[in-house]
Amino acid sequence: MKKLMLLITILCLLAPGAIAQDMEHEPWTCPDGYEGQTLSIFNWSTYIAEDTVPNFEEACGVTVNYDIYESNEAMLARIRQGNPGYDIIVPSGGAVQRMAEEMLLIPLDLEMIPNIANVIPDLLGPAYDPENKYSLPYQWGTVGVGYSTEVFPDGIHSWDQVWEHDGPVAWLDDRQTMLGIAHLFLGNDPNTTDPDEINAARDYLIEKGGNVVTVAADDGQVLLERGDVDIAVEYNGDILQISWDCECDDYAYAIPEEGSNVWIDNLSIPVDAPNPELAMVFIDYILDAKVGADLTNYIWYASPNQASIDSGYIDEEILNDPAIFPPPEQVANLFAIIDVGAEAEALINNAWDELLIFLGQ
Amino acid sequence: MRRNGVFLALPTILWLVIFFVLPLAVVLVFSFMSRGRGGVAIMPFTLEHYQRAFGVFFIILQRSIGLAALTTIVCLIVGYPLAFFISTRRRRIVRQITLFLVILPFWTNFLIRTYAWRILLGEEGTINGVLLSLGLISEALPLLNTQLAVLIGLVYGFLPFMALPIYASVERFNFRYVDAAHDLGANDVRTFLRVVLPLTLPGVLAGCALVFIPSVGAFVTPDLLGGTKGLMIGNLINKQFGGSGNMPLGSALSIVMMAVVMISLLVYVFANRREAAA
Repeated sequence: MKKLMLLITILCLLAPGAIAQDMEHEPWTCPDGYEGQTLSIFNWSTYIAEDTVPNFEEACGVTVNYDIYESNEAMLARIRQGNPGYDIIVPSGGAVQRMAEEMLLIPLDLEMIPNIANVIPDLLGPAYDPENKYSLPYQWGTVGVGYSTEVFPDGIHSWDQVWEHDGPVAWLDDRQTMLGIAHLFLGNDPNTTDPDEINAARDYLIEKGGNVVTVAADDGQVLLERGDVDIAVEYNGDILQISWDCECDDYAYAIPEEGSNVWIDNLSIPVDAPNPELAMVFIDYILDAKVGADLTNYIWYASPNQASIDSGYIDEEILNDPAIFPPPEQVANLFAIIDVGAEAEALINNAWDELLIFLGQ
Repeated sequence: MRRNGVFLALPTILWLVIFFVLPLAVVLVFSFMSRGRGGVAIMPFTLEHYQRAFGVFFIILQRSIGLAALTTIVCLIVGYPLAFFISTRRRRIVRQITLFLVILPFWTNFLIRTYAWRILLGEEGTINGVLLSLGLISEALPLLNTQLAVLIGLVYGFLPFMALPIYASVERFNFRYVDAAHDLGANDVRTFLRVVLPLTLPGVLAGCALVFIPSVGAFVTPDLLGGTKGLMIGNLINKQFGGSGNMPLGSALSIVMMAVVMISLLVYVFANRREAAA
């Protein structure tokens, strides 16, 4: 009997391995006919695994040019002035909506992207692109607070702790996110287009931002790491990357309970792309279970790839981290940014300039 | 002969029209236009941006002029004795080496040198580290992300522009005048104010113009060192030209800044003339 129990135990222990082995994934193969071609990618900085591009070059026998940008606005400006030759861009939701309106994107041929079947169904057909005509999700995540665990041993649970902190704080230079958080406090829609509400949010932030030493474009995590700030409002992946780099518990990430911004970055093909076919092959490659998992394991953002999650290729540590895959009750408080239209965009732009003038004085 | 002269000037005139007059005209026209989607300039014409430039943006304009003036004064206080020191070395080789040391920082990219100041001035940076370990302070000083940090960065960056023109003036200065002044009974202060300073004034004025003008529009230094407290007009202008900014507003701010520079140049020219007439 004891022996039987032992046998069952051993079998149980072996089983997951056996199952994983059964599911041994066929490596992604490149369709024929692309050898010698070139693909140009325009992506956010620090937003790809080290081997993602080299593996693709090897699989397809192609050359990849890789260029980076720091904000949707910077990327948009480049494409608006005439696509300088990029085949792949990575706009976030609002940017996809705006670019589609301005006819700056090429429709995707979903037939060429069979791995669309791997995408989490809830992330398909988002409000900014209901039929995935122009975009497929690349990664998703949240904006929250990265903080020094030495200064906050009990953690950060509320934005009030950020506003009231007696020490240097860095905010994120993302006007709609920061104003959206203020709108939550004032009981307004985070995507409101009402002029009075936008100005009220501006005044709220100026009042609460006396401790803000800098509004960082996308390097708040570096300031936190260097000890220049105690709190950095940042993208979750950036904060996790510094905790991972230092292999320490000095930094932590939290989504304050009042709520924050959820974002989805997407793979799209800009108008006048020199090689849209190869771009679609690349999108299919990114949506492969193994490639998607490798990507998430390296950059620590949540994967939109259900197959990557199910296959067990994603590290347990990442899959179970609430800062990366937030628990459902937190997801309920997250707001997405949409395109607010020309008039509100102008109002928000003015409000943000005025905020920068008076912030932290 | 006259015709030839015009032909010789043609490339310069073309260059000036294409790369200076036309862009300036575009900026001027933009500054009166409305903001369209994504920050581009559209019709109709409006004075809104100038109203905002002299309204909500005015304190940043004041700060920029103030910081640039302070930078000029500090550069003068440090640069004048420095130029004197260099040009009064007896041995030629010593003069050459010290002059070389003044120019040496230019070999490294300005952006990198300014980044280095971030590491020096940081909360856990070199300066705070040394002061803390010496026991001179008990808590890290907030140096980075202040106006002081911007001032340090600007003085550091523009000091050679002050020192070199003054050096050129002092080099031509005949020190026998000093002996003559002393013989005639002038003390050191009087000699300096009545003889040395007036004769080196062209270099001082050139140096002041070369430091003040780029300082007013500085953008890299306040961007890296200033944070929220040291924001300058250059940063706000820069922000208007990325996507989703406001190009007409950025143009209006540029025009206002250009007016400031122009006024200070006029002051320079008048001062120079008076000095030449004297």
